[in-house]
Amino acid sequence: MSAAGTMPRKTEMRARRLHPVAIRVMHWVNAVVMLVMITSGWGIYNDDVVLRGLYFAHFLRLGDWAAWSLNWHFAGMWLLAVNGLCYLAYGFATGRFRARLLPIRFADIVHTMRDTLHLKLAHEDLTTYNAVQKILYIVAILAGIAQVVTGVAIWKPVQFSGLVALLGGFQSARVIHFIGMAVIVGFVLVHVLLALLVPRTLWSMLTGGPRIGAELR
Amino acid sequence: MMRSPFRPDRIPDAASLDDHKPLLRALERRGLIRGGLSLGALTLLTGCDVKRPEAVEAALLAVSRFNDGVQALLFDPNRLAPTYPDSMVLKPPKFNAYYDVTQVKPVNGAAWRLELAGLVADKRPWTVRDLQELPQSSMNIRHICVEGWSYIGGWRGVTLRTFLERIGADLRARYVAFKTADDYPSSIDMATALHPQTILATQYADETLADPFGYPLRLRMATKLGYKNPKWVTAMEVTNTYPGGYWESRGFSWFAGL
Repeated sequence: MSAAGTMPRKTEMRARRLHPVAIRVMHWVNAVVMLVMITSGWGIYNDDVVLRGLYFAHFLRLGDWAAWSLNWHFAGMWLLAVNGLCYLAYGFATGRFRARLLPIRFADIVHTMRDTLHLKLAHEDLTTYNAVQKILYIVAILAGIAQVVTGVAIWKPVQFSGLVALLGGFQSARVIHFIGMAVIVGFVLVHVLLALLVPRTLWSMLTGGPRIGAELR
Repeated sequence: MMRSPFRPDRIPDAASLDDHKPLLRALERRGLIRGGLSLGALTLLTGCDVKRPEAVEAALLAVSRFNDGVQALLFDPNRLAPTYPDSMVLKPPKFNAYYDVTQVKPVNGAAWRLELAGLVADKRPWTVRDLQELPQSSMNIRHICVEGWSYIGGWRGVTLRTFLERIGADLRARYVAFKTADDYPSSIDMATALHPQTILATQYADETLADPFGYPLRLRMATKLGYKNPKWVTAMEVTNTYPGGYWESRGFSWFAGL
């Protein structure tokens, strides 16, 4: 994104933050829309539960009964899909995914796990992720994609009957959609907890964080 | 009538209420402010769950109508829903309505007539026997409820397309609307009405439709959610005026295609 100007170099240096504006906007849009999708999904879920005995309390649900939970869900889906597609396009086009989420080395995973077990949760350098962080972010991105795919399958099981068959049938697709939600909720809990433990990460997602070299994005 | 345990034995002197009026009013006002604030906070937390403000409701319904259009575009009139072997058919089918199965009021098949209205050339009412003389089709299809449950049902009857052609309906009209004995109005788009897996069912699993499931006539579509399939149909109208439906008027999607 080198701006055309008399001093493109300087502009580039100024613009390059750990989290560029586009990433921050997409992150917070996603945070809100994920909350809408998850809580409205819980409202839909309650009418025919996947896990016997598991119901979501009224205060956790968006929409005061199923009709409005469905309307929230089918309104939120557009924002989720459009924002998600922009994020994926941006991540691949700018090389951000490759730079930040790869490579993942087995030795690094072992190292991080050992540190974590010793309660060493330091995140001194915000510009690099450890192996476990990389895996968690990749899992969250894949779970988000899986939710859109399984969501389309259970929304239009006749028009996309091939996709439903691939997912093992309608009820199976529904269960996968539920598991995808559980994975994302699990990620959100860990993600928010760690962000609160290391508030600088939260601050950097609001203000952009430290300026970084051109090779790191 | 039972006396409230909180009611004092002796009614207090009205003057004492006057004495404390300013204090009462202050308390009320403080409570109102506090209540208002926490309501506001709650609204933020839960995304306006608390009272469903009209503007939010209107916006959601506008998106739902937009989604109806998208669903109509996604609907492929030539795509058939998967079908299943007879061995997978659930007997009896699952009952579901806006009331309990014990509230079902059976319809007298001998006196029953299917009334016709709207953009139809021949509005002569139909008896059960008239319908049985039309060519019959069978389909074992998955019934999918908006709640999430589903089952395989085996339905038999005349396709709605054959019936519409027989009565000289205007097949370019936008809607086919239904009235039922259980006061459950419903309507569908013409494209779905003409789909080969849309039938006026009179039989289930090779037997006459039982009372709880819509005897003598119900609509069954492989390409729409369960709530779009009215039971105990008594009248049908072909129209260009949006007819709505029971759940649709309560916020559910009208197209509800699968």
